[in-house]
Amino acid sequence: MFNIIEKEHFSEKVVKLVVEAPEIARARKPGHFVIVRTGSKGERIPLTIADADPVAGTITLVVQAVGDSTRLLCELSAGDSLTDLVGPLGRSTEIRHHTEGAVVCCGGGVGVAPLLPIIKAMKAAGNRVISVLAARSRDLIILEDEVRAHSDEVIIMTDDGSYGRKGLVTAGVEEVLQRETVAEVVTIGPPVMMKFVALLTRKYNVPTLCSLNTIMVDGTGMCGACRVNVGGKMRFVCVDGPEFDAHQVDFDEMMMRMRAYDKQKP
Amino acid sequence: MKQNDNDIHAADTRDSSWRAELRAAMPAKERTAIPRAAMPQLDPAYRITCNEEVNRGLDEEQAVAEATRCLDCPDPQCVTGCPVNIDIPGFIKNIQRGETLEAAAILKRTSALPAVCGRVCPQERQCESRCIYNKMKRPPVAIGYLERFAADTERRALADGAHPDIDKAAPNGLRVAVAGSGPCALSFAGDMARRGFEVDVFEALHEIGGVLKYGIPEFRLPNAVVDSELDNLRRLGVRFHTDIVIGKTLSYDDLIERGYSGLFVASGAGLPRFMGIPGENFIGVMSSNEYLTRINLMGAGSPDAATPVARGRRVAVIGGGNTAMDSVRTARRMGAERAMIVYRRSLAEMPARIEEVEHAKEEGVEFLTLCNPVEYLADENGRVCAMRVQRMELGQPDASGRRSPVPIPGAIDEIEVDEVIVSVGVSPNPLIPDSISGLEVTNRGTIAVDGNLRSSIPLIFAGGDIVRGGATVILAMGDGRRAAAAMAAQLLEQNK
Repeated sequence: MFNIIEKEHFSEKVVKLVVEAPEIARARKPGHFVIVRTGSKGERIPLTIADADPVAGTITLVVQAVGDSTRLLCELSAGDSLTDLVGPLGRSTEIRHHTEGAVVCCGGGVGVAPLLPIIKAMKAAGNRVISVLAARSRDLIILEDEVRAHSDEVIIMTDDGSYGRKGLVTAGVEEVLQRETVAEVVTIGPPVMMKFVALLTRKYNVPTLCSLNTIMVDGTGMCGACRVNVGGKMRFVCVDGPEFDAHQVDFDEMMMRMRAYDKQKP
Repeated sequence: MKQNDNDIHAADTRDSSWRAELRAAMPAKERTAIPRAAMPQLDPAYRITCNEEVNRGLDEEQAVAEATRCLDCPDPQCVTGCPVNIDIPGFIKNIQRGETLEAAAILKRTSALPAVCGRVCPQERQCESRCIYNKMKRPPVAIGYLERFAADTERRALADGAHPDIDKAAPNGLRVAVAGSGPCALSFAGDMARRGFEVDVFEALHEIGGVLKYGIPEFRLPNAVVDSELDNLRRLGVRFHTDIVIGKTLSYDDLIERGYSGLFVASGAGLPRFMGIPGENFIGVMSSNEYLTRINLMGAGSPDAATPVARGRRVAVIGGGNTAMDSVRTARRMGAERAMIVYRRSLAEMPARIEEVEHAKEEGVEFLTLCNPVEYLADENGRVCAMRVQRMELGQPDASGRRSPVPIPGAIDEIEVDEVIVSVGVSPNPLIPDSISGLEVTNRGTIAVDGNLRSSIPLIFAGGDIVRGGATVILAMGDGRRAAAAMAAQLLEQNK
């Protein structure tokens, strides 16, 4: 079970894994996530689903090695298998057709992976989709071809200017906000990026959805480790999310909570 | 087909000759003079260094003496104090006459998991509270200890190769699915398998056992005990599947499409409650579910586990239930120098089992009663460093008859803490109710059921905490039993 069919390195620390998971491939929708465990002593970590093939019975995960558990996962090869894989979890994205105004989908780093199914669904629903992809440098821009295939326009931003335009993701988004009507913004990436996208779109009064990737243990509503403050209310990312109104999320508190175990990890 | 519901076996009734002989063998006065058995326990200084089970269990001599204390009353009130009405004198008298495996068989007729109940039931509020000895101002018969003794004796006999008693009807060709694998689910699964159904249990986590595995710590309920109960169910033909969330991985429609005749939802209570006070999201403040799951399910704290857990030096556990006791005693074992229970009422109102409170005290846990946290404070990194508590006093009795705690104006103290475990209850998990359209829920978010535990969808039954909102293992098991009886009758009728 949960055999790894294919592995591809996007960059030194980012890999794509195509994993056999027929039930999840069939049931998942854009926005859903899975919990993965590697090894009998492994940690349960949440990962978003980048793609799925219900016919082949596979799902695609994009993993960035940031800690011990993700590094272990990135070291697996085709032919290995995951110890546990459960999902699809969370609520799926509400895909609407906007008759007036574009949908801007902006992703940073590996956040582009979970954004891809949303881009596809937004396009399929008849929206004008403008995708803004951002990363520190050229080699960290992922899934560009796939995103292009389902977007009306793609803007690429890099911190160092090694590809696309030099600057932060917010510069790319603001350019679109200034030139045309935008009905909705979807942002997935590092919390600090989503925070600044939310601050920007609030200025323009454009509804904005973000997808949060907080610390979780069970991922099914039991532990409360993933709790975030949304509009002054405590919400659980695993069962109430992972997507929330970005204008309501307390990103500062969320970023603080995501450092909970920093000191204890080697 | 054999029914499992407390059917009367002629050999076990009070009127059977061996029971009459036992009663005649010793005058009541002599029986009542026997002191109540003391549970052998690990030394507190040793047990806080490890996770070994604190209670060691009675030996046979102790068990027979304790069983002899039971007067085999003509109208045994203990049975009425048991939520599932176990034939208590019946099993106890079998222990007294040395037929412990028969005693275990009597327990199994009513309780799917006697080794578990003997360890975790609040006997002092149930069976033992009704024992005739209380009226004589003597300690009640140790029914819980004896239940555990019978179940453990059977478990050891099976481990030594005894032939398991597989009491099972012929297959009826019907398949049922179970969502969850805690005590309610397991009791349902066992009963349905015995009735000839094919049973598939689907668990969201990577381990079977629900709260028995992720919640109740090893020092109170060893995993080996739970595993042997699971093996018994496997022998009955129950199939277990991990990593599957009913409503997510497989929908109700998927199950029907795949040939299941019904679904039993026993997915548990789920969502931890917080108090909504300032600072509750600081680092180091967590739910008891999170704390216990990290340690019990994920093995956090052992050197080879990848899952981390905070090791506080000064740990406050908020609440007075069994989960709070489990958390605070775990904190001591994880090295806390100061482990505190913070509870807004007094010791007398505490809902935890008395034994857990006693064990916690022996292990050096401090009890800050009539004390309610109002705010948490943190250092510059957002790590909790202190709590402000409001001192309370008991006021007038409320609607429930309990004296309710009221704040003493101005009596607010600040206490240094570096870890806070919030154990103030749980709310129903919305995961399954949300994902099955047409499934009615109550305004509390629990699944609405009729007297037979049938939901608004005729092929879905539900029980345990997803219906009750939070209860004991034994009540959950009782639900599993009742639902199995009702669902089996309905499905057999429909598929005649």
